[in-house]
Amino acid sequence: MRRLLRFIKTFSLYDLLVGLKVTNKYFWKKKFTILYPEEKTPVSPRFRGLHALRRYPNGEERCIACKLCEAVCPALAISIDSEPREDGSRRTTKYDIDLFKCIYCGFCEEACPVDSIVLTNMSDYHIENRGENIMTKDKLLAIGDKYEEQIARDRAEDKSYR
Amino acid sequence: MLDGILLIALILIKIIAIVIGLVVCVLALTYLERKVIGYMHVRYGPNRVGPGGLLQAVADTIKLLSKEIIVPTASNKYLFVVAPMITFGTAMIGWAVVPFDQGVVLADLNAGVLYSLAISSLGVYGIIVAGWASNSKYALFGALRAAAQTISYEIAMGFALICVMMAAGTLNFQSIVLHQTGSIWHWYVWPLLPMFMVFWISGIAETNRLPFDVAEGESEIVAGFHVEYSGVTFALFFFGEYANMILISMLISLMFLGGWLSPFQGVPYLESWFAWVPGFVWLFLKACFFVYCYLWFRATFPRYRYDQIMRLGWKVFIPLTILWVVVTAFLVHFHVGPWFS
Repeated sequence: MRRLLRFIKTFSLYDLLVGLKVTNKYFWKKKFTILYPEEKTPVSPRFRGLHALRRYPNGEERCIACKLCEAVCPALAISIDSEPREDGSRRTTKYDIDLFKCIYCGFCEEACPVDSIVLTNMSDYHIENRGENIMTKDKLLAIGDKYEEQIARDRAEDKSYR
Repeated sequence: MLDGILLIALILIKIIAIVIGLVVCVLALTYLERKVIGYMHVRYGPNRVGPGGLLQAVADTIKLLSKEIIVPTASNKYLFVVAPMITFGTAMIGWAVVPFDQGVVLADLNAGVLYSLAISSLGVYGIIVAGWASNSKYALFGALRAAAQTISYEIAMGFALICVMMAAGTLNFQSIVLHQTGSIWHWYVWPLLPMFMVFWISGIAETNRLPFDVAEGESEIVAGFHVEYSGVTFALFFFGEYANMILISMLISLMFLGGWLSPFQGVPYLESWFAWVPGFVWLFLKACFFVYCYLWFRATFPRYRYDQIMRLGWKVFIPLTILWVVVTAFLVHFHVGPWFS
């Protein structure tokens, strides 16, 4: 009897039809693909992405060339030169971050006493030419200017947990 | 003299029409395949080139045509280039006997079934030659597997066709279709249901599609017989395979599902409502269903092991088909049912 049942099952292609039913079910399901450049998954405010240098609301750059970030950087990715400006305040003349060395640990942000160097939540950037992996002070400030709103919002959101 | 030239020109125009239609169908099929399988994987498939990704196939064609043809140093260069042409050619000439509607056929052969059976087995030469000329162990394995598989399933396929021939009493495709006139119950799929399944599964095996694609078997032998091919030569293999898929779908529709006959024949009201639909639309829809099933099977079933394929072909299909030849003989002899009366 069991052999007969098995015979019928085999020749009616029952198992194959069950399999086809499964794929058919998924054919009609809602797709959960994220269409990346148009849609993005939510990013945590703590995400450590591309670096930026921030400014005060009056336009003055925050960095005071204390070199704490350079000292704490485990990957030795930051190199800073500083000189007194005309008004006598100490400022950086060079602030380079090597993106190839950087391990995105966020220690520089933790070390910074004036919240100048920050890691934005940008994860999608690319380097086209040799040498562009060195983020100079101008580039970092430009990123900071461009994304200041987002940076400030992320910091405000995370403030109470610090 | 002038009549002769006119006749040849007419045939050429017909051939060009069929080839252009086929090219469009194959392009659409490659897009459809990626879309359908994508949807079954719960993802979107190609959707970047053109609206909804519709121009993806065109982009792929341009890419394949502009790529370099790499000829391996140790290969037989002449056969290496000829092999894809054989595959392509055999995939094309099979279409000569396919009637698209009543009277719309390039060559109305009296032995059309025999012709298409012969051509479909010729197709394996392209694969064998490709595998051998590549001088690569993977290609050779793929070619040998393809040869064994095609020959095994050819027999089952032939026997399934013998049942159709016995039922219709003719080898001409048009007559076979016309013998199924009447209603949906007159189609040969009902008296020959097991043969329909055998022919269909053999057709999938014959075209080396999943789940019978051991000839390619990318997880075992990289890409099988076309592992060394690139550019246009690969495109020809690709084109041949897809054209064969459509051809098999067409043949099944013609021989078992009444070809261009409307499924509403003999149904009151519905028959007259759908009377304006031209025959080739029905044939196209029927073929589309089978082509879709090709893709559906690909998304569903894992690849058969080589010995399982051989077991299915020799120990299941051939006894089954021989048995059904006898059954059909009885059905025909005693004029059973609406089919043979």
